[in-house]
Amino acid sequence: MASSDALLPISAREEDPLVSDGSRSDPNAETHRRKRPVKGLLAVSFGLLFIAFYVVLIATHHGSSRSNDVKIESDETATTTSRARLAGVSEKSNDQLWKLSGERNTVSFAWNNSVLSWQRTAFHFQPEQNWMNDPNGPEPKRLVADQRSDRREPAETRRRPDPGPLFYKGWYHFFYQYNPNAAVWGDIVWGHAVSKDLIHWVHLPIAMVADQWYDANGVWTGSATFLDDGSLVMLYTGSTDKSVQVQNLAYPEDLNDPLLLKWVKYSGNPVLVPPPGILPKDFRDPTTAWKTSDGKWRITIGSKINKTGISLVYDTIDFKTYEKHDTLLHKVPNTGMWECVDFYPVSKTAINGLDTSVNGPNVKHIVKASMDDTRFDHYAVGTYFDSNGTWIPDDPTIDVGMSASLRYDYGKFYASKTFYDQNKGRRILWSWIGESDSEAADVQKGWSSLQGIPRTVVLDTKTGKNLVQWPVEEIKSLRLSSKQFDMEVGPGSVVPVDVNTATQLDIEAEFEIKKETLDKILGDSSVVAEAEEFSCQKSGGSTVRGALGPFGFSVLADKSLSEQTPVYFYVAKGKDSKLKAFFCTDTSRSTFANDVVKPIYGSSVPVLEGEKLTMRILVDHSIVEGFAQGGRTCITSRVYPTKAIYGAAKLFVFNNAIDATVTASFKVWQMNSAFIHPYSEEAVRALSST
Amino acid sequence: MKMVVVMMIMMVMAMVSEASMIEQTCKETPDFNLCVSLLDSDPRGSSADTSGLALILVDKIKGLATKTLKEINTLYKKRPELKQALDECSRRYNTILKADVPEAIEAISKGVPKFGEDGVIDAGVEAAVCEGDFKGKSPLTSLTKSMQKVSNVARAIVRMLL
Repeated sequence: MASSDALLPISAREEDPLVSDGSRSDPNAETHRRKRPVKGLLAVSFGLLFIAFYVVLIATHHGSSRSNDVKIESDETATTTSRARLAGVSEKSNDQLWKLSGERNTVSFAWNNSVLSWQRTAFHFQPEQNWMNDPNGPEPKRLVADQRSDRREPAETRRRPDPGPLFYKGWYHFFYQYNPNAAVWGDIVWGHAVSKDLIHWVHLPIAMVADQWYDANGVWTGSATFLDDGSLVMLYTGSTDKSVQVQNLAYPEDLNDPLLLKWVKYSGNPVLVPPPGILPKDFRDPTTAWKTSDGKWRITIGSKINKTGISLVYDTIDFKTYEKHDTLLHKVPNTGMWECVDFYPVSKTAINGLDTSVNGPNVKHIVKASMDDTRFDHYAVGTYFDSNGTWIPDDPTIDVGMSASLRYDYGKFYASKTFYDQNKGRRILWSWIGESDSEAADVQKGWSSLQGIPRTVVLDTKTGKNLVQWPVEEIKSLRLSSKQFDMEVGPGSVVPVDVNTATQLDIEAEFEIKKETLDKILGDSSVVAEAEEFSCQKSGGSTVRGALGPFGFSVLADKSLSEQTPVYFYVAKGKDSKLKAFFCTDTSRSTFANDVVKPIYGSSVPVLEGEKLTMRILVDHSIVEGFAQGGRTCITSRVYPTKAIYGAAKLFVFNNAIDATVTASFKVWQMNSAFIHPYSEEAVRALSST
Repeated sequence: MKMVVVMMIMMVMAMVSEASMIEQTCKETPDFNLCVSLLDSDPRGSSADTSGLALILVDKIKGLATKTLKEINTLYKKRPELKQALDECSRRYNTILKADVPEAIEAISKGVPKFGEDGVIDAGVEAAVCEGDFKGKSPLTSLTKSMQKVSNVARAIVRMLL
């Protein structure tokens, strides 16, 4: 921005510029008058110029007041000339709220400690207090040419994935972005916790703080890699003292410490700075490295050029010096900044996970990125070319970040990251689940954010086009008593499910609509085809009745259903006389509170020939995770009921269809707490013995 | 003389481009006039880039929150029957000052604007909730309405950083 220093003295003064003597602007004018006339002419010219400038300045600013006490009243009709670019906007909208608060009969809900403390989860990972965001997980990387996972490989030669999740000497490690000072984002350092089973955690002391110039403004997201000699390195983004985003190297102080409590930063940091053409604040979240066929390590880092989301590629031997590729791993126009890029192989045939270095004919590669613009995580299935470090999607119409491209989860789910668990040969997905309530509530309750339950991730071998996710098996260890139900639910009915308290549940369900009903609806021309237009978000939620849906469960509902969160299927007839299924979660009536975002989430879900409609739901206080068709479509939601809490929270099964009767067969387990522990020697010892 | 002409052209260009940076930015917000008047009134406005303009608006949010809290304090004595609502408003506006504003400043300065967006949106949410607590008989309407408007403008500008 051009701004001549010579102009400042004028603009900073409050005097009437039209009265100012031109010569005053040039303090040297007096002393120079005695010199040659040319200089005098120059001085006068400058003076006139300044006056002219100031006049134009005044004219273009339309006499706007220079006082700081601006009256904030504006012409409402001015909005017709503005084009607010609010596309892909985050969910909170104070416009909606404003309308509500103007109505006299809207009850404004004041949070009290009892209601707020109920919101804390029993078995989801969260720190004892304050703010958390991105998982920073290492992924073990192993130099294997094929898909055999060698579980007897000693820890020393295992590679580790990105910081965040990682398995080392018998412990799963979890690192995460943490604010030790507040329940909002800021002052970010690395939190740390360990577990034997990804479910029961012990919090550990903070792993890394912002104590160097190259991370003074934030110890941000990164990833770890195991090297050939068994040692472990961590690459992470630091925000420097000048707020430039750089990549830094760190390693455990003591490789013999299974808890990896202490970390050392490389004296030569930073190892990577924003390259030419990349802005200093568009360079973050390096991935775990994978081995190339010529024995180098390769990483990718998300960024953007104008509005094109990109992923840069670097090769390295020692993690200290890097060669940048001229080509990108991939790019997609109009997707904005790519955060938390993740890149990994999936098997086309087997259901186990793969180490990140694996490649071969039976392997596809996934590119995933978190879209800064929309707060959605998108991924695409494609092919990786090791010779030049590039990747292309199988289906360019749903390329990473495009509006129709696949998402791990259609609810509140961001900054997700996978790691390869060499302990059990699976790829595990973590994700940051933020709050949907107001920051005042977060401050009052003293914490903000959760992690989703870790999920296994594999390619859907039946469709070949999408991933399938499922909560890790270990969560079953929390299951207590259960009840089995089999019932027919007629159209337009809501049936209470008797399970005592309904705030910590694991539900597995199967639904079926009678074939005769389906055929009848398909054949009835008076039933309009709606599958092409239907969307969970825009079709009005769970109260809008169709021929074949919605039906499912209402969780965290009070007895009178004044507050409820329906998780449901909607089956719609298509123009091609085929049926299409959608899986949705409707949080619009989840709470009376009016400072909470209450969206309707969801997406279509592929249902293959012969498959029944299946659904799994994990309910854990203020978080609900739904999985349809074995995890083909997943939805995570945050809900904050004011009445449907503690003993008043109930479970219902419902069928709002007009015509169809639904057969529901389901099992409901009460879930125990995971008893996540603050750090202590005893807690570590107790977990070690399990 | 040539140098004078060159400098004249440069200054005119600089001046013209400075004025229109604010105007160009404000055109993309839901309230052009408010946006321009807020940014113009700040001496940093004429030479700020988009981040800088966003930070100026966060400053306005801070100033408006402080002003509203002062007003809330005087209302405790003038309108003691409104204590409960005033308590809630106090809590909400303190959140704006102690959580939203610092979060937005840190996020915008460090190039992670989405957390800045969260902060400025929340400022509007807190103001609206405070207003709603009075069930239609609010003594703070003009202040809460202002906060919501400034929040909308700030949000639009932060969005440009994404």
